[in-house]
Amino acid sequence: MSDIHLTLKIWRQEGPDAPGRLQTYASGPISTDMSFLEMLDVLNERLTGEGEEPVAFDHDCREGICGMCGAVVNGHPHGPEKETTLCQLHMRHFKDGDTLVIEPFRARAFRIEKDLVVDRSGLDKMITAGGFVSVNTGGAPDANAIPIPQKNAEEAMDAAACIGCGACVAACPNASAMLFVAAKVSHLSLLPQGHPERARRALDMVREMDELGFGNCSNERECEAACPKGISIRNIARLNREFLKAAILSDED
Amino acid sequence: MILDSKVPGGPLAEKWDRHRFACKLINPANKRKFDIIVVGAGLAGASASASLAELGYNVKTFCLQDSPRRGHSIAAQGGINAAKNYQNDGDSIFRLFYDTIKGGDFRAREANVYRLAQVSNNIIDQCVAQGVPFAREYGGQLANRSFGGAQVSRTFYARGQTGQQLLLGAYSALMRQVKKGKVEMLSRREMLDVVVIDGQARGIVTRNMLSGAIETHAAHAVVLATGGYGNVYFLSTNAMGSNVTAAWRAYKRGACFANPCFVQIHPTCIPVHGTYQSKLTLMSESLRNDGRVLVPKNPGDRRPPAEIPENERDYYLENKYPSFGNLVPRDVASRNAKEQCDQGKGVGSTGLAVYLDFSEAINRDGSGVITQKYGNLFHMYEKITAANPMHEPMMIFPAVHYTMGGLWVDYNLMSTIPGLFVLGEANFSDHGANRLGASALMQGLADGYFVIPYTIGNYLATISSSPQDASHQAFKQVADEAAAKIGKLLDIKGKKTVDEIHRELGLLMWDSCGMARNEAGLQQALAKIPAIREEFWQNVAIPGSGLELNQSLERAGRVADFLEFAELMVIDALSRKESCGCHFREESQTEENEAKRDDENYAHVSVWEYNGDNNSPEFHKEPLTFENVQPSQRSYK
Ligand SMILES: Cc1cc2nc3c(=O)[nH]c(=O)nc-3n(C[C@H](O)[C@H](O)[C@H](O)COP(=O)(O)OP(=O)(O)OC[C@H]3O[C@@H](n4cnc5c(N)ncnc54)[C@H](O)[C@@H]3O)c2cc1C
Ligand code: SF4
Ligand code: FES
Repeated sequence: MSDIHLTLKIWRQEGPDAPGRLQTYASGPISTDMSFLEMLDVLNERLTGEGEEPVAFDHDCREGICGMCGAVVNGHPHGPEKETTLCQLHMRHFKDGDTLVIEPFRARAFRIEKDLVVDRSGLDKMITAGGFVSVNTGGAPDANAIPIPQKNAEEAMDAAACIGCGACVAACPNASAMLFVAAKVSHLSLLPQGHPERARRALDMVREMDELGFGNCSNERECEAACPKGISIRNIARLNREFLKAAILSDED
Repeated sequence: MILDSKVPGGPLAEKWDRHRFACKLINPANKRKFDIIVVGAGLAGASASASLAELGYNVKTFCLQDSPRRGHSIAAQGGINAAKNYQNDGDSIFRLFYDTIKGGDFRAREANVYRLAQVSNNIIDQCVAQGVPFAREYGGQLANRSFGGAQVSRTFYARGQTGQQLLLGAYSALMRQVKKGKVEMLSRREMLDVVVIDGQARGIVTRNMLSGAIETHAAHAVVLATGGYGNVYFLSTNAMGSNVTAAWRAYKRGACFANPCFVQIHPTCIPVHGTYQSKLTLMSESLRNDGRVLVPKNPGDRRPPAEIPENERDYYLENKYPSFGNLVPRDVASRNAKEQCDQGKGVGSTGLAVYLDFSEAINRDGSGVITQKYGNLFHMYEKITAANPMHEPMMIFPAVHYTMGGLWVDYNLMSTIPGLFVLGEANFSDHGANRLGASALMQGLADGYFVIPYTIGNYLATISSSPQDASHQAFKQVADEAAAKIGKLLDIKGKKTVDEIHRELGLLMWDSCGMARNEAGLQQALAKIPAIREEFWQNVAIPGSGLELNQSLERAGRVADFLEFAELMVIDALSRKESCGCHFREESQTEENEAKRDDENYAHVSVWEYNGDNNSPEFHKEPLTFENVQPSQRSYK
């Protein structure tokens, strides 16, 4: 355990319509065992003590699973560590004297609410458009009635592991949400329960993504590199196949 | 007040069926005349919202996070129980019921627990139909594991992310109803109070966490699914936002609180490492299936684990409990870890940790198998501690994890305020004095998918379906009170941060009302809590205003409630002079230092009724009778 000192340049913005700016703070001594968010806590405790407003940032589980946290650190959504959410990023990955530029996830579809807090409700809206299996509570057949090959279940789980954090959108030069949509479409199209609605789901989710102002995918692969859950870009290929098949075969659209 | 548990008559196995038949129905055309508020979108709230909306009710759902997909339930790792008996290893509904009642140390209601075991199977069917990708065998059948003190394999899981997958399933069902216009989803809304008119719950008051606006919402019934209060200890495995506010406000409006001192301390968490620490991370107890818990035999032995020879290692759980070994229930495992550390045999820099060693399992099954089983947990451990459990034992220590206590509810899950229902961890109903692993997810989903859809109709059928709105004077009054409290908090402009005071409360509760409790310690806590509360109201610092996103203010409101609630926990712990489950009163132990129950005097639920800020709460008892199981001293030897 040792302490490091950092220079923090943090995006401060009072509200959605207020102008924002990078403000510089000296971190004070930071234990390398701290998580990134604990480092921000320490700064916030100090600011509060000085009567200043602390930096607003979203977080809840602090275990890398709820998808609530996230900021861009030196240009990397969730910071420089591979497959790591901001809350699971630990300060031992930084060096004494480093300067960290900390900004919110930026995208046309993500409005900044305050400081590092953004509005990601577009992600919910895409799920609402079709990211579900239409089954009511009650009357489901026995859970073992339809065997599912282990490989399919595992692949579905790989895609279902998406935490809906929006880092892929923030990383994409076009602010596309393709990886997020692809993860959900893949998860459900790999399972027999998702089959009946697969065509419709792909069409509806992609249409909603376009309408919400997310950009198009131009194969930059930045999303995959930023994703804290290792969601593979192969899912986008699968989404494209699902989408094409649906668009050709669909008589609804 | 007379507490009527409304447990139906008849044999145990028929009670739920009989009750469902006896429940009044609301015809489909009338359901759309009823509005229901659901506070919370964890497993219990999301499943309830979706199921009620499917039935045709108009549902308004609230949560703290920016999306209902993020509720604390998402962090559950290990799995969910069901009595499917797919493994043919002797499981049955009765066995799941029995294990749960016994695990809870005979302090839960038989009928509720039996119902839970009954519907457990429907939950798995429902989740699979939604597309929850549970782990499977090569042949395509669902996989199971044994978990947390069970001797059968009845736990279903999705890697180490079971809660996430179950919640995403419930969330998808919820969003489907949002699309249909049957659920209005209000995220980033904090419920600050419940509105009771003519003795019935009629709505809530919320704060819009972005604009700060105080809003009122009216309905025919209110469902609270707001989770547990483990964060009263400051450090716990709960999400940062978990709180007691909704439940506490309901308590102050007349909903009785049951067994508030029943708190589960989980044995396998990453030890505390610094004062800046903001939360504790659970390492799923499925690790105890293959990991062996140990400390050095000699107090003060500071050698690295690899240098401690086999004959100087004390596998204390295996030695003390030959038949359950490392799989003893959580309370037993936690207390034993504390006992070893109290004897100076704790490890790590603080001496407040024990080892969990996988080397035997790695030698037996190969590192591939162990990685497949626990890879993501090991990875998480390494991220936090920079140590890899494949090469050296993990260090673990108990941490506050789950609260069995909660608002009192009857068999219909209705609180003592008519029209106010409570689901999931927020109620007290099923786990007695100790919850078994993988049964909270089961309970949350049982309550939401399979119980409330029936029982709420039984209540709604007794009230008028005329439209509700928030024009009644009571709404304005409660909203004014909520706004006044916020104003008061902002006016303090003191010197201490909310976290500083919260940490102080947490430490006091951990020391005196944590893993072991005694009369003197509890009395001291009772004297100290009001002083901390006083300091808070005199000296807390909350920058910013109320009419904006203000996270210090949000935390302050929750800590203000914890500071009142903590006192009730201590009062409850004092009044229960027996040990049972997680409630270990040092005065009441067997010769072997195990928890000693006193069935003659304490076979009851302790139920507390609010009696004004300056008076002690009124105590009520719900006696517990056991007709189908014989309460026995738990033994895991
Ligand atoms: C790390 C961890 C691992 C666990 N693993 C397991 C496991 O493997 N198996 C198992 O069975 N159990 C497990 N548990 C326990 C289980 O996860 C919880 O008990 C359960 O998920 C609680 O669900 P819930 O729906 O009752 O509440 P929560 O999931 O806590 O949801 C509460 C909801 O209420 C909302 N809310 C709270 N207060 C307010 C308010 N004032 N206003 C508006 N909204 C509010 C929140 O936003 C949230 O949506 C685990 C718990 C933890 C901490
Ligand atoms: S795909 Fe990855 S980066 Fe995108 S929302 Fe999901 S978890 Fe986050
Ligand atoms: S706070 Fe939940 S993922 Fe980071």
